[in-house]
Amino acid sequence: MRLFELSPPGKKVITGTLVFTAEDIVRYAKKYDPQPFHVDAEAARNYVFGGLCASGWHTCAGWMKTYIAYWQKEVARLEGEGLAAPKLGPSAGFKKLQWLKPVYAGDSVTYSVELVETRPLMSRAGTFINMTVCDGVNQNGETVMRYEGTVLEFA
Amino acid sequence: MLHFEDFLPGRSYPLAEKQVTAEEIVEFASEFDPQPMHLSEEAGKASILGGLSASGWHTSSMFMRMMFDGWLYNSSSEGSPGIEFMEWKKPVLAGDTLSGRSTVIESRALRSRPGIGMVKFLHEVENQRGELVMRGENPIMMRFRNVEENAA
Repeated sequence: MRLFELSPPGKKVITGTLVFTAEDIVRYAKKYDPQPFHVDAEAARNYVFGGLCASGWHTCAGWMKTYIAYWQKEVARLEGEGLAAPKLGPSAGFKKLQWLKPVYAGDSVTYSVELVETRPLMSRAGTFINMTVCDGVNQNGETVMRYEGTVLEFA
Repeated sequence: MLHFEDFLPGRSYPLAEKQVTAEEIVEFASEFDPQPMHLSEEAGKASILGGLSASGWHTSSMFMRMMFDGWLYNSSSEGSPGIEFMEWKKPVLAGDTLSGRSTVIESRALRSRPGIGMVKFLHEVENQRGELVMRGENPIMMRFRNVEENAA
């Protein structure tokens, strides 16, 4: 089964929701992005974002976390029905990543993915590249993150 | 401290070096991207990535820290609205040593936020063999050193 048969272009799939606690925001940021507005609630008030908020990379990693949890369940469901799940591979990157609103401590972000198109990869027979649009929406219905992703698929 | 005025097109700032460990690859992947090729050497070897390899989001996160430790800590950064593109060009494997640079492409003052400008960078990360593993462009908000000069 190919991905486009499972999720036709234009069909938005909700992958899951992640709550960004202050503790998680600071733990991630201390490792990967220790700018003051990601590690120190007091200092954050003096910056453009105005409060402790998640590193944009943490918001993106959250998309991946909910996606993998969704995908593992989906593969198990298909196999349970005797169907062959699409064989997805790694990603070559993304473009037009927008961090549209800060993700503040306590926010919950609901993520989704939508297939845009699929095409054969010229350099590797039997491999396809899927283009997706991925986003994250907070508890107030505001889109906080959006990007155009890619994922390889093997026939 | 580096301010908006310092980031002239063509100027380049080295990223800090980063040793990629198997332990850190597995730790990041366990929390955010638990796919087999990011969790064990064996599964990584069996995949097209050829070894225990970092999640792309982990590579981007490591790049962020390399940038922070390399030069961003010493700047007037106010964060970023996004990434125009990012390419994960080669697998980042356990044992790799990463290095690289951020190069200024262009800059402009923000009308909507007096005293702040947007600086666009090209970021490049290479492994110990000099192979480009990650490349991307993004704008970062920087405070001006001299706000009066900006307003004038």
